[in-house]
Amino acid sequence: MLTLISPDGTVRDRLSMTLDETRQLYVDMVEARTYDHKCMAMQRQGRLATYAPFEGQEAAQIGAAAALRPDDWVAATYRDAALMWRAGYPWALLIAGRTGDERGGQAPEGVNVLPPSITVGGHMIHAVGLAWAEALNGSDRVALTSFGDGATSEGDFHEAMNFAAVYRTPTIFLCQNNGFAISYPREEQTRSESIAMKADAYGMPGVMVDGNDVAAVLTVVGEAVARARSGGGPTFIEAVTYRLGPHTTSDDPARYRDEDEAGEWRDRDPLERVRALLERAGRWTPQWQAELEARSSQVVEAAVAEAEALPQPTAEEMLSRMYAEPTSALQAQIDEIDP
Amino acid sequence: MTDRKLTTQKAIAEAIALEMRGDDSVFVMGEDVATYGGIFGATEGLLDEFGAKRVIDTPISETGFIGAAIGAAIGGMRPIVELMFVDFFGVCMDQIYNNMAKIHYFSGGNVSVPVVLTTAVGGGYSDAGQHSQTLWGTFAHMPGMKVVIPSNPYDAKGLMTAAIRDDNPVVYMFHKGVLGLGWMTPNPRATGVVPEEPYEVPIGEANVAREGTDLTVVTVGLSVHRALDAAEVLQEKGISAEVIDLRSLVPLDRETIVASVQKTHRLLVVDEDYHSYGMSGEVVSTAIEGAFDYLDAPPVRVTTPDIPIPYSRPLEQWALPSVDRIVEASSNLLVAG
Repeated sequence: MLTLISPDGTVRDRLSMTLDETRQLYVDMVEARTYDHKCMAMQRQGRLATYAPFEGQEAAQIGAAAALRPDDWVAATYRDAALMWRAGYPWALLIAGRTGDERGGQAPEGVNVLPPSITVGGHMIHAVGLAWAEALNGSDRVALTSFGDGATSEGDFHEAMNFAAVYRTPTIFLCQNNGFAISYPREEQTRSESIAMKADAYGMPGVMVDGNDVAAVLTVVGEAVARARSGGGPTFIEAVTYRLGPHTTSDDPARYRDEDEAGEWRDRDPLERVRALLERAGRWTPQWQAELEARSSQVVEAAVAEAEALPQPTAEEMLSRMYAEPTSALQAQIDEIDP
Repeated sequence: MTDRKLTTQKAIAEAIALEMRGDDSVFVMGEDVATYGGIFGATEGLLDEFGAKRVIDTPISETGFIGAAIGAAIGGMRPIVELMFVDFFGVCMDQIYNNMAKIHYFSGGNVSVPVVLTTAVGGGYSDAGQHSQTLWGTFAHMPGMKVVIPSNPYDAKGLMTAAIRDDNPVVYMFHKGVLGLGWMTPNPRATGVVPEEPYEVPIGEANVAREGTDLTVVTVGLSVHRALDAAEVLQEKGISAEVIDLRSLVPLDRETIVASVQKTHRLLVVDEDYHSYGMSGEVVSTAIEGAFDYLDAPPVRVTTPDIPIPYSRPLEQWALPSVDRIVEASSNLLVAG
C-alpha cells in the first residue's frame, strides 16, 4: 500500500508536488470538513434531510479530484460531496440537494459531475459508458467513479469492471474502503486479502493506496488518469480509509463498532498529517489555521445562505421535470390534489 | 387474557423468534439483520438468542442472498430474507419474480419455495425517491408470490407467523411508519396489544378496521391509520365511513370489498402506491365487477401521483395520501352521483 506522507507528517518518499500545492490540498480538505460538520449540524436542526458524512475520507476525495482535469467526468455517491465539490460542483447546489430540492441536481454548465448515486453501485457502469462515449467521440476525457467497499459485492460491480476492461474504456474505479457497509465490516464483506487484487481477475491494474494520504492518492489517481487518457484502459484503485462518523444521520455506530477503533483512525487523520508536514516546513502557524477555518466557515455559510434563499419548489415544477413535455394525465393528478 | 403491548417492530421480531424456537429450519438472512438487528428493528434481539449461524449478516449482494434463500428453501429450509428497502428490488428482481415466484410452477408443483421475503416500504419521513416507495402493486402484479402488508402490531405478528408456515413464497412488506420506531413521527397506532403465544392471521383475509354505512374506504399499510383518523373527522360531520384494511394483496379478499360496497354504495380507495396500474385500480375493478348495480357514484381514488416520491418534506407531504385528502375526497363522494 502506497503511503507518501506518514500519519506523523514525515515524508516517506519524494513528493511529486510543491509545498504550495500541498498547502492548497490542505486548504481544500479543511473547507470540505467544515462543510461536512455544517451539514451534520443542519440535519440535527431539521434544515437538511438525511445526510451521509464523509469525515475521515477527505484525502481520498480531494486527492482523487485534484488528479482530474475540469472537463473529466465524475460519477460518485451520496458520501462524496468533497470529491464532487473539488471536481467543480458548488457547495450551494450540494446543500440544496440535501434539503430535498431537486434543483440541487442541476450541475452548472461545464461541470461534468453526475448527481450523487443513492443506490449502491448502480453508477459504476455509467462511468464506463461515459468514458466509452468519450473514447468513441475521439476526446481524451476520462471518467472517474467512486464507491465504497460494500458496493464491490454488488453484481453491478462485476459487470462494470468486466465491461471496462473488455472495451478498454478510460475509466478510473476509485473504491473508498472505509471499513464498513453500514454495520458490516470490510473483513466480512469479502474474503479477498485486498479489494485491489480483484482487479487482476478482470485484466486491469489494481492499486492499493493509503486513502488518508492526500499526496499518495493524488499520485496514484494521477497515474491512472494518465494511462486512461493515453488509451491504456481502466484502473482500479482501493483507497484504504475510515468512516469516522455514522453511515448516515439515521445510524448509530455504537451498535456495531468499537469506538476505540475509531479513535485509532482519528490518530491517522488525513488533515493532521498534512498540517504536521506544513508546520515542519514552516508553512503552518496556529494563526494561519484560525484564519483558514474562519474563511472556510464564511464560504460554507455563504453557500448555505444561497441554498436556503432559493424559492420553495412547487408541485408544478415536479410536473415539468417528469417528461420532456408535461403530460395531461399527470396534470390531472396534480389538479386533483390542488384543485 | 394478557394486555401486553408491543410496537409493530417488536411484534415482528417476536413472531420470528417463536417460529425459530419451534422449527430449526427457520433462519434469517440479509443486510445488517444480525449485529444491527435490522435497520428497522424487525430482527432485533435474534442474533443474541439464535447465534450467527441462524441470523446471518450478508455482503451487499441482494441477488446473492435472495437467490441463496431460494436454494435453501428448495433444500428444505424456511428462510426469512430481508431486502432492506423495497426500492432495492431492481438489483435482484430476476431472482424474485423469475425464480422464487415461478419455480414451484415449473417443477410441476413438485418443489416448494417457502421463502419469506421481508422488506421495508413507504414514505413520509423525507427519504426521497429511491427509499420511500411502496411498490406493492408491482409485486402483487406478478403471479406466484403472496403479498402481505400489516398495519398494526397484532396483524404484524400473526401475518409473520402465517408467512413463515406457508409453503409458498410470501413477500412481507412492513411500512416504516407503522413500526413504532423512535426516529419516525410518533404514531400511537404503532403500539398495541399482542398475545404472547404464537398465532396466525390468515393470509388473504381483509379486516374491517371500522364499521360504517355511508361509504367504504379500502386501503392498506400506513394509510389504514390515515383512513381511521379521517373516519373520526368524518364522523363529526355526520358521515359514517367503513374502513377496510386489506392486510393481503395476494390473495385479495374481494368478497369483503364487494360486500362492503353493496352495503355502503360508495367506494374510496386510498393507496400510497403510484396512481396508475396499481392496487387502487384493482380494487375499483373488483367493486365494479362485483357490485356495479349497487354503486351510487363513480369510485374515487386518493393515491400518490405518478412522480418519484419527493425528497422535499413539504412536497412529499403534498404527494402522499393524507387525512385531509381522504376527508375531502370522502365528503365530495357523498354528494356525488
